[in-house]
Amino acid sequence: MASRTSATQRATRDAVRASLEGRRTEPGAVVFKILLLVMLLSSLLILVVLLADILAGAWPTLRDRGLGFITSGLSLNPETAGVWTGIIGSLVIAFLVILLAIPIGIGAAVYLEEYAPDNRLTSWIDTAVRNLAGVPSIVFGLLGLTMFVALVNGIGLGGSTEGKNVIAAGITMAALVLPIVIITSAEAIRAVPATIREAGYGVGATKWEVIRSHVLPSAFPGILTGTVLTLARAFGETAPLLVIGVATGFFSASADATLIDNLTGPYTALPVIVFSWSRQTDPAFAATLAPAAITVLLAVLFVLNGVAIYFRNRFEKRW
Amino acid sequence: MTTHKPAIDLSGDPRRRNRERFVRTVFFVAGLISILISIAIILSLVGEAWTFISGLVDEGELSSLWSIGWFPRRGLFDLRTIVVGTFIIAVIAILVATPLGLGAAVYLAEYASPRARRTLKPIIEMLAGIPSVVLGFWALSFIGPEIVQRIFPSSGVFSMLSAGLAVGVLITPLVASVSEDAMRAVPQSLREASFGLGANRVTTTIRVVLPAAISGIMASLILAFSRAIGETMVVFMAAGAVGGALFTVNPLDPGQTMTAAIASLAIGTDQVAGEGLAFQSLFFVGLLLFLMTLALNSASNRLVRRFREIY
Repeated sequence: MASRTSATQRATRDAVRASLEGRRTEPGAVVFKILLLVMLLSSLLILVVLLADILAGAWPTLRDRGLGFITSGLSLNPETAGVWTGIIGSLVIAFLVILLAIPIGIGAAVYLEEYAPDNRLTSWIDTAVRNLAGVPSIVFGLLGLTMFVALVNGIGLGGSTEGKNVIAAGITMAALVLPIVIITSAEAIRAVPATIREAGYGVGATKWEVIRSHVLPSAFPGILTGTVLTLARAFGETAPLLVIGVATGFFSASADATLIDNLTGPYTALPVIVFSWSRQTDPAFAATLAPAAITVLLAVLFVLNGVAIYFRNRFEKRW
Repeated sequence: MTTHKPAIDLSGDPRRRNRERFVRTVFFVAGLISILISIAIILSLVGEAWTFISGLVDEGELSSLWSIGWFPRRGLFDLRTIVVGTFIIAVIAILVATPLGLGAAVYLAEYASPRARRTLKPIIEMLAGIPSVVLGFWALSFIGPEIVQRIFPSSGVFSMLSAGLAVGVLITPLVASVSEDAMRAVPQSLREASFGLGANRVTTTIRVVLPAAISGIMASLILAFSRAIGETMVVFMAAGAVGGALFTVNPLDPGQTMTAAIASLAIGTDQVAGEGLAFQSLFFVGLLLFLMTLALNSASNRLVRRFREIY
């Protein structure tokens, strides 16, 4: 009996001493940490494998064709097909997004952050923005198909496609990214300290003068970063374009087509080219040209993201 | 009686006041546009969806909503096929994204040194920036043949499993970043209290930080699930079954989701317009999708607001 008690005591003493003096290396803790790291690294591994796989597929085309792949248009012949038509389409869409979504989005953000009274209408706007941000992109395609295609037709820009053209695509894409522009701009405006505004009011400026000369310039880096990331989103989005009648096959503009003819005629976009090539039965398109088009798309997005990071670091203000 | 005129007019230049009113109106209109777009979405979906349902009722074909499969061009609109297909893919995606995203979030929030965090986080964000059409291509060219078909030789190139895995990769960064925000919002004092009682980092993480951040973590998972339901391109390219699918619950079969059903119908819109009710069925499915994601997103928003209120 006595010896057992002393054995228990000894064990207790050893355990206490070990935990006071020794380094605690519990196997469970180490396993847990390794497990977490494995999960984190597997995301990175997926990214690396994805990029490697696509670059390996794209390399022969990019090596043999070089810039020719970028500057040549759609073709039924895999030897001469390029992504130029898609780049032009994506650029026009991006231009319309800049023209429509950016000013309206920043305006709405200014209203919500600076003007909006605390009433029911404001909370409706807030709810609408929040919910629109979560609406699946393909639903915006359905909106574009019923509303914006008809709108473009109605104002006489329907052209040969009866409204299913790049102008309708640009308006649809602008509606799609509008909530993102509002949310990121509102965050940037909210981060401007009240003292900046009060300094403006203190010297007799009106609300608009304070916004124009103090709030917007101070929030500019944040707004700019959000804007560039919005463009990246617009560049990669495919599903709504499919719904509103982007061309998924081959087409060519006639040589004497005017600018208006081109804008109102059939169009395609860079991600749509990826989609339509990857479902071609000709393996030359699916196995080599599609990864090459993806590489061009990812390069564009990489540059846009780099620009956003540059702006954030270059102009970031700490109050 | 003399009229009292104030010594100085404090109301300012009327032109300046008018400009203020004008600018305010412009910003107000910009704010209203979100409401207009929301109304336009609901109107365009409900209008055509109503045409679809009333058309089915008129033809006495309401039973085609519950048939052997989704073949809109043949008048078979089995909703089970596309709803079940959507959920199978979303569940596979969430099974992939929960361990990967949560593991990354816990590591970044609780274990990583500030320097490691600064390098690792942008890489996860890079994964978030990859367009879904790229992941769709990769699911078709890599995940399908190299992973799914190696493990299950009976499956074809197109399967719901490979689409689900790719959607899981797509939503992992979302789970990681929203959960990490939730865990970083847990006050440091809670962790210190736990350390002070002699708990180690594992115990603190599992027993203190995770319960405190649970509503934010749930919000991230609901949001990711909603994103998986609304994802189109990956499913459209990798799950196969363009044009229609038979009802199936086997993830190794090709399947059809709500989004893919819309996309594959829309690609041939010109041919279907006016031909039966196939064109209208697109909007009915769109309305269903809109309502589902709306419910999930509202639930997620409510949870996020709750964890913001506590701390």
